[in-house]
Formats: sequence, structure tokens, C-alpha cells
Amino acid sequence: MKARVHVMLKDGVLDPQGEAVRHALGAMGFDKVEGVRQGKVIDLELAEGATEADITDMCEKLLANTVIERFEIEMV
Amino acid sequence: MRAAVIVFPGSNCDRDLAVAFERAGFSVDMVWHKDATLPDGVDIVGVPGGFSYGDYLRCGAIAAQSPICKALVQHTERGGYAIGICNGFQVLTETGILPGALLRNAGLKYICRTVGLRVQTSDSAFTEGYNAGDVIDIPIAHHDGNYFADDETLATLKDQDRVAFTYDQNPNGSRDDIAGILSGNRRVLGMMPHPERAADSGHGGTDGAALFRALSGVFAPA
Repeated sequence: MKARVHVMLKDGVLDPQGEAVRHALGAMGFDKVEGVRQGKVIDLELAEGATEADITDMCEKLLANTVIERFEIEMV
Repeated sequence: MRAAVIVFPGSNCDRDLAVAFERAGFSVDMVWHKDATLPDGVDIVGVPGGFSYGDYLRCGAIAAQSPICKALVQHTERGGYAIGICNGFQVLTETGILPGALLRNAGLKYICRTVGLRVQTSDSAFTEGYNAGDVIDIPIAHHDGNYFADDETLATLKDQDRVAFTYDQNPNGSRDDIAGILSGNRRVLGMMPHPERAADSGHGGTDGAALFRALSGVFAPA
């Protein structure tokens, strides 16, 4: 059983790394990129019986810092 | 007067912080991150700078879940004093002891130089050796020192006079130039700059020494 957690900075929190990537893409001639946000993907291998609620708990306590980040859980 | 300095794998300012406490008259216990309790009778806990757990996941995130940090949270909930410097500040925000978070520097670069810090309040055990408005020279050395908190939290910090230090010239993009903040009971200070690296004439500056002297004034036996 597997789950994939996507962690992104919340809207409104400046993402300097994403901004640097956007600049680099622009400098390379990719002139249609209007914004870049960079995040994390965390894959979890889970024992049978783990629930989405368990993963939400993990996200809130460790995997994401909910002061600055939001997360999405994908059961795969 | 007793101070405890927590040592995580990857801490690198732990001994500097211990020396600064000792110079101010504290006896210091170094406490390993796997310890589940702080030594009895500790007056203040120092959370040092460095790269705890290699900054994996987020700076301070893994350290915040260590056994000693559970004891640190209980210590502060009982009204105990603590200071977190640089990575220590990141650990204090990740434990929830202090509000907000530290983001990557706006310029994306690791910055290591001495900066001017404006003392915003002298109303704390940490800052009473300064006058509000003083500018002191303290080194910074960080990649993730860009303080972020939402508008509501910033308003609370200002209303309660809990911004301890601001940068005279903002090096990292932190909101409202914030370099250090106090807890609601004013007994916990988190700051990105390193006062322990400006506490001896051999350091090239001694503006940080007054912070440790002020603390010794609070805990010295009458």
C-alpha cells in the first residue's frame, strides 16, 4: 500500500526557489512561463490498514509545516 | 545558575553557546538530543545553531521531534526560559514554542557576515542590557533565515512588543525585517543572528555579551 504526499508552499508565501527557476527559464528563452512554484513529493510505503486520516496526522505533525505549507494526499 | 545546551547531530554552535553562558557565570550541562529529560534545576535551555539532522525535510523539523525537544516544550510550558539561535530558532518555531517559520533567504544565498541589529524592546531578560533603538553588530550565518508569519501573527507580535530585534538592512527578506522574537511570556527568545559569536574581543566584536550578562543578572542568587 502506497501513498504520495505533495507539499507546496501556501499561496501568498514567497517561493524564492520557484522564482529563481522562473528567471532561469526566461533567460533560456522559455518566455511563456509566468510563474513557478516548487514543492516536495514524499512517497510513503504503508502497512495494510493505514488510513488517509493517519497520513493527514503525519502531514500535520511532521511532513508539512502548516504555517507555510499545504499538502495533498494521493493514495496510489 | 545553570544552563543546558542541547546537542543535536549537526549542531555546530553548541560549544560557542556554552562558552558564552560560562563567561556570564552559568554552569553548563551539554544535553544530548536522545535524552528525554533536562537536568534538574536548569534555569535556561540553549538551542544552538548548526544543521541539526542535516536540515533534512525542513530546517529544525526532525530535531523538533527528538526526545529532548519534548522535554524542552514541557520546560517552556512550565514557564522555563530558553534561547534558540539560528538553527535553534528554526527548532523553536518547528516545535510551536514560537510562532511563524523560517523560509529560504529571498536572495537564495547562504549569508555569513556581521549585520546591524536594532533592539526593538529592552523589556525581556535577554534584552534588558540594551536600550530600545540601539543598533548592535552581530554576525549572521544562515541560508534559511527569512522569517515568515501571517498578518495576524505579525500584528500580535507587534501589539505585545514581542519583536526583540530587527535588521537595520534586511539581508534575507524576513517580514518586517524581523531578526528575533519573544514568546508570549517573554521567557523564550528565538533569533537568527549569533550573539554567542560576538561575545569575546577575539571574535571581532562583543555586542552580544550584554545578552548573556543580562541573563546572568536574572538568575544570579540574591
